[in-house]
Amino acid sequence: MADVKELKQVLTGPIINNNPIALQILGVCSALAVTTKLETALVMTIALTAVTAFSNLFISLIRNHIPSSVRIIVQMTIIASLVIVVDQVLQAYAYAISKQLSVFVGLIITNCIVMGRAEAYAMKTPPMMSFMDGIGNGLGYGVILLSVGFFRELFGNGSLFGVEILSKISDGGWYQPNGLLLLPPSAFFLIGGFIWLIRTYKPEQVEAKG
Amino acid sequence: MASNKDSFGRTLFVVVGLCLICSVLVSTAAVVLKPIQQENKLLDKQKYILEAASLINTKEGNVTKADILSKYNQYVEARLVDLKTGEFVDGDANAYDQRKASRDLSTSSIPENDIASIKRVADKAVVYLVRDDDGKLTSVILPIHGYGLWSTMYAFLALEADLNTIQGLVYYDQAETPGLGGEVENPKWKALWNGKQLFDEQGNFAISVTKNPAVANTVYGVDALSGATLTSNGVQHSLQFWLGKEGFASFIAKARNGGLS
Repeated sequence: MADVKELKQVLTGPIINNNPIALQILGVCSALAVTTKLETALVMTIALTAVTAFSNLFISLIRNHIPSSVRIIVQMTIIASLVIVVDQVLQAYAYAISKQLSVFVGLIITNCIVMGRAEAYAMKTPPMMSFMDGIGNGLGYGVILLSVGFFRELFGNGSLFGVEILSKISDGGWYQPNGLLLLPPSAFFLIGGFIWLIRTYKPEQVEAKG
Repeated sequence: MASNKDSFGRTLFVVVGLCLICSVLVSTAAVVLKPIQQENKLLDKQKYILEAASLINTKEGNVTKADILSKYNQYVEARLVDLKTGEFVDGDANAYDQRKASRDLSTSSIPENDIASIKRVADKAVVYLVRDDDGKLTSVILPIHGYGLWSTMYAFLALEADLNTIQGLVYYDQAETPGLGGEVENPKWKALWNGKQLFDEQGNFAISVTKNPAVANTVYGVDALSGATLTSNGVQHSLQFWLGKEGFASFIAKARNGGLS
């Protein structure tokens, strides 16, 4: 069993220091698509965290038995099965949200974070740590998703989690919503802004000039 | 162990074993959760029917499950209609799957004038009759569908008891471009339909989805979606088809002559 300090590092490292979106630039596609509302961003985070954690766990459990010639296929099979299960559970218990997320739950299969962590970490690390690494990366993904979702929903739609904060002109209030924030490109600007902030705060993340 | 894991036999064993385990996992999840998912789908459909009839307002916060079920059971009656004759026919309307029926050669036919690009039309359709507390008919809801730009768009068209005045047109299943054609689900656009008339005084089909503001301001016109000409045309064609003689025309004619009271 790994000591507590290492565990903490694995769990919290990906949140700022080694963030999958901001530093590794993985999984950006879904971050553009599901962040117009906080609610979908939150559910997507939970779904992705569950898939990453469990795929890491199972892959790590059988890592010594996976033949290296078919290892990517084996990883994909495990990830795909987990995604289908998650999708089915969402359809059963969160139907309205699963309709909004539509194809993006299925596309977790192709999310680079899941595959990246499986290949880079779970293939050579014991199960418990791999599971924690999955949760940590899910959280790192979630932090960016929720921050982007916060700005997009608040300034694009005047609400947070569907609750009205700024009353819109169209509903008789004073706030003119920023329509750009509801379109996918705005997430690019926001994510770019976050990367800039994080790298200003932690200059060691800046890539060396080639 | 690790030394021979790349042998042919081991590779095959691991792959086959893994596939078996994963398939059992996936099918178990699908089978166990199916009843709940179907219940959700039904509930979702009932929600849209109630929304079309303005019995619930989905904009004002969340509508509870119990609310939908009780209102649906209290006010809405689903009936099967033979589209050719316009007569009610026996059968369990709540269990009838019109999409499935329209794919089955024995329960559907090819429309002569397929303006809505739906390929096949089922012989029977479900109509939903909504009555108030005194049992008086308040609205009739007709399911319609037709092709837009990318997808077949499914909607409920709610009419008042005169079968001419529109109460609402609610799209509940479509895959048009979000932000453009997808705006058929926009509450503001949906609100435009309320109070519009389907037929003019001579009884001719008159409603049109139009870019012409002079027409859109009358009771026979609805402003088209900007940036979504083909989706708007799809809406127009769906209405034209389903209110025409291959759609609900004979049902509407019979119903106006007192067939529903």
